Amino acid sequence: MLKRILVTALAAGLGAGVFVSLVQMMGVHPLIIEAETYEAAAPAEAAAAQSKNGESGENGANGMPSWAPGDGIERTSYTVLANMLTGFGFALLLSAALALHGRPVDWRRGLVWGLAGFAVFGLAPALGLPPEPPGVEAAPLAERQLWWLGTAAATALGLGLIAFAPRRLLKAVGAIVLILPHAVGAPELEAHGGAVPQDLVQAFWVASLAATALFWLVLGGLAGFLYPRLA
Amino acid sequence: MTGETRTSFEPSAPVRAAHKTVAVVPALVAIALGVFILIGTGFAQPDALHNAAHDARHAFAFPCH
Repeated sequence: MLKRILVTALAAGLGAGVFVSLVQMMGVHPLIIEAETYEAAAPAEAAAAQSKNGESGENGANGMPSWAPGDGIERTSYTVLANMLTGFGFALLLSAALALHGRPVDWRRGLVWGLAGFAVFGLAPALGLPPEPPGVEAAPLAERQLWWLGTAAATALGLGLIAFAPRRLLKAVGAIVLILPHAVGAPELEAHGGAVPQDLVQAFWVASLAATALFWLVLGGLAGFLYPRLA
Repeated sequence: MTGETRTSFEPSAPVRAAHKTVAVVPALVAIALGVFILIGTGFAQPDALHNAAHDARHAFAFPCH
């Protein structure tokens, strides 16, 4: 059983990771590069934001030069590698869900699982923390990471209860859990700022969510196709 | 592996229940491994990890910077 989950996750995750890399190269990466020109043009603001982060104990590229992949093929290679690993990570969660659910699955049902994955890890966190290109000021990192993780967990639990709980009362609890993180609200800055133009921020928001949605559909379809064949 | 019996129909409730029991431990192992990997690609703080995964983090809308 473990081998079946691992092999499904490996094949579907790496496949979806390579696929989303191609999508990102066309639709997302150019926006990141464009945003970085604004980020680099506002070093004073960026330095101020970083020292703020430093004081509250979060990361931020500190003043010291640290390793980063060189622009071009090296940077692209690391991005593809990170996408493949991220794909494998999400695919492990999805394949584990298929195993726990235990019902027959095919690529069509896999697409539905993929949509659920997009809702949990893409859409729900983005409702409070919109995908942002580099150079946009935001609330402290640790607070945003905590809200992101909490929202993904609550959305997974909420959707699971709504879809699979045997009693209506539990389904209602699921709906409340689903809404809860948005009622609490994502951490926000009092004053929004940053050097990146608003239309670029919005274009990134759309491109990032679209790429993530395609990633989850491919991941779900592949996992749903492969899982029954590896029995 | 439980591939000996081929069924083209929906398994009965007891069969599904047995399957679920068998699935719990492997599924939890897979979930733990998946979370570990995602913490590394999406959340870990060290600069080298952050810089290597930078564009992927932005594209997947993991909180970055």
